[in-house]
Amino acid sequence: MSAISVEHVSIRFGGLVALSDVSFDVPPGEIFALIGPNGAGKTTLFNVVSGVYACTDGRIRFNGKTITGALPHELARKGLTRTFQNLQIFFRMSAAENVMVGRHLHERRNPLLDFLGLPMVHRQNAESRKLAEELLDLVGLSGLGDQPAGELPYGVLKRLEIARALATRPSVIMLDEPVAGCNAVETAEIAHVIRKIAGSGMTVMLVEHDMGFVMTLADRIHVLNRGMTLAEGTPSEIRNNPAVIEAYLGTAKPGETSRAHG
Amino acid sequence: MATALQILFSGLTVGAIYALVAIGFTLVYSSSEVVNFAQGEFVMLGGMISATAVAAGLAPLPAASLAIVATVVTGILLYGLAVAPARDASPIVVIIITIGASIFIRGLASVGMGKEFHTLPPLLATPTLDLGGASVQTQGLVVMAGSVAIVLTLWLFLRMTKLGRGIRATAANRLAAQLAGINPRVIVGLTFAISALIGALGGILITPITLTSFDVGTLLAVKGFAAAVLGGLTHPAGPVLGGLMIGLLEAVGAGYISSQYKDVFAFVVLLGVLFLRPQGILGGRAVERV
Amino acid sequence: MRRILANPYAPAFALAVVVVMVPLLVPSPFYLRLATLVFINALVVVGLNLLMGYAGQISLGHAAFFAMGAYASAIGPAHLGLPTLASMLAGIVLTGVVAYGVGKPILRFKGYHLAVATLGLGVIVSIVITNEIAWTGGPDGMQVARLWIGSWRVSGVANWYWVAGITLIVAMLGAANLLSSPTGRALRAIHDSEVAAGVLGIDVARYKLLVFVISAIYAATAGAFLALFDGHVTPVTGGILRSIEFVAMAVLGGLGSILGSVLGAAVLVVLPQALTSFHEFEHAILGAILMVLMIALRRGVIPSLQSWLLRGAA
Repeated sequence: MSAISVEHVSIRFGGLVALSDVSFDVPPGEIFALIGPNGAGKTTLFNVVSGVYACTDGRIRFNGKTITGALPHELARKGLTRTFQNLQIFFRMSAAENVMVGRHLHERRNPLLDFLGLPMVHRQNAESRKLAEELLDLVGLSGLGDQPAGELPYGVLKRLEIARALATRPSVIMLDEPVAGCNAVETAEIAHVIRKIAGSGMTVMLVEHDMGFVMTLADRIHVLNRGMTLAEGTPSEIRNNPAVIEAYLGTAKPGETSRAHG
Repeated sequence: MATALQILFSGLTVGAIYALVAIGFTLVYSSSEVVNFAQGEFVMLGGMISATAVAAGLAPLPAASLAIVATVVTGILLYGLAVAPARDASPIVVIIITIGASIFIRGLASVGMGKEFHTLPPLLATPTLDLGGASVQTQGLVVMAGSVAIVLTLWLFLRMTKLGRGIRATAANRLAAQLAGINPRVIVGLTFAISALIGALGGILITPITLTSFDVGTLLAVKGFAAAVLGGLTHPAGPVLGGLMIGLLEAVGAGYISSQYKDVFAFVVLLGVLFLRPQGILGGRAVERV
Repeated sequence: MRRILANPYAPAFALAVVVVMVPLLVPSPFYLRLATLVFINALVVVGLNLLMGYAGQISLGHAAFFAMGAYASAIGPAHLGLPTLASMLAGIVLTGVVAYGVGKPILRFKGYHLAVATLGLGVIVSIVITNEIAWTGGPDGMQVARLWIGSWRVSGVANWYWVAGITLIVAMLGAANLLSSPTGRALRAIHDSEVAAGVLGIDVARYKLLVFVISAIYAATAGAFLALFDGHVTPVTGGILRSIEFVAMAVLGGLGSILGSVLGAAVLVVLPQALTSFHEFEHAILGAILMVLMIALRRGVIPSLQSWLLRGAA
């Protein structure tokens, strides 16, 4: 059974067709990449799968169950979460608190107990804080827990979002441009983290423009162009697909593909 | 039939004033994202200064001119001294500043012009007119005609003059307008001046019907703000539609339900409309980008 | 320095010191009465700050909840023959229920729409209070029966000073507890990014409603206290100007600062008293001070002072 099945999904905004009849399956534990030129509909598709937008037509299934129209927090409860292309960090919190928010579903949360500040609430805070530190270590942000998130640089925040998403203990994690704006060292670190989490059985869906990153990391790639499926296959199949080269790269020479921001 | 006509008439009269206040809100908001809660005080100043000047022996026209000039100067000072210095503050802070300004203006008005009700003589010699069996105040017609003239003049100004195009450009895209050599501070200051002018005119027009006092501004600000949001804060025709709608709803509520509960009726319908069209009646749909 | 400023319980502790010190330093009934009014207003503003400063949802109608608490305490004994204490408690619970019912639809609104919706709530409640004369006494208001708790007759400034002061301390401790808990983190997350809060499993609508109800309960409690303390209640209690005043207190003190809420309430309660010597210029001066403070300390008094102190210490 697929972790995620997207079946004939379309979405229109007014007269604009943003996605048209897109279908694919992501088996559990796979690293599945979505690529395509700007405006191809990658982030829109992410928004539809994660419940941020409701699709106009089609169906989405998660571990075989239909989830079309479910709200983001309902999907998170089922084990699906994501990061964002333009950061959605909680800027008024510390880095560790950001990750602790990701623990929300696994915390005991009774507003009355919280209001009374019972010892068990404080104990749980300490526990969540410890787990947050561990996740910060995992993504290479050791020791930054107490930093206000608003003061951290972009590349750090990208990784903070990944740590925060991992704190929900998802079975599927969707990463929207996880290495955009990161330097080579940071990119390599993030690739390492993604391999590690996929190795633990988690399904990873990602959107990314950095072709080198996608080609070395992804098990399979789905190419979108103008809201429609253009191709799907392994990295080597995609690299040699004439339609992809034509649409995605235009007149660019194959040698320039590695960092095409088309 | 006569009752219905009367209700329509009084609804449009009050609605026209709400529309003028709402235009002030949207004009300032669309060029600066500032919600100016002192907007109602402009209406108060227009009516109060004219009435005080007339009572002091000035002829109506010079009195009205004095009121307009004083109100416009107040609007420019409000921007220059209170809003512009806080332009990088958060919206709620700027709102509190304009509320402080309205308390300040109201306080000064009560000291300078007293706390009693003031009135102005109506423009036309015949105070009432028989219209299809309904007896209507001619001043109501003056309010409507005046409001239409104000809206048309504003429209022409925004379309035809260089300054007007500057306002529209700033509203559409502040950064681009700035790059094109338009000084946003001048433009925003101008919108404060224009909304003060429009408010003052509204106050002068309506005072013969409703009377005025130093504290009428608050309720007008509340209604005008609601009208602006109802119409869609950024659409040019929104405030006119929103203002007229609230005026009519109140008149219908007062005529058919009870005059005490007219505002309840108006707000309940307003909330209903916002549920159906969260972007305002004329506002465009915004897709949240993430 | 940073540690003291960051301690979530420091504001409640500071207030406890103030509550104990005021009667020792200025034992006159006038000042105790003023302090009691500050505590009562601060109680509303602490709750409003949870809603506005932490969860990021505006309300221009909180005087409606304030008035519901006040009028419930008055109407119960006068018209229903209920004991005052029972009326007060029932009024607070009922206000919470009303906030739940009203909040459910209107909290779908954001920003200026929410502002208009809550403003509408305030207008509606104030009109009902002014016009249902048989129940509320109309514009003249109504007398409020004294509060008895067992054989203790809670009346006069000597009693209410402590009731209001201690309740405020408890309310601040509760707010501080809440903020450093999963519930508080969820609220603060919603303020910064609703969509991110959602994908992390936070039921955004539920938490908005929760904090709306909590803030309404704070307001209703304060309203009941004011009515019982004054022995008289009028529609001014629930007017839209009152709602706007509460917001001004919260913003002036500093959104997102519990101590700021108390300070904002203190400034806007004490200032008009201090300005009475200016007679007719009272309002003009009040408006001018509000403007100048907001322009100078645009993040609110306490947050602006905090960052200034931290910069000094660093």
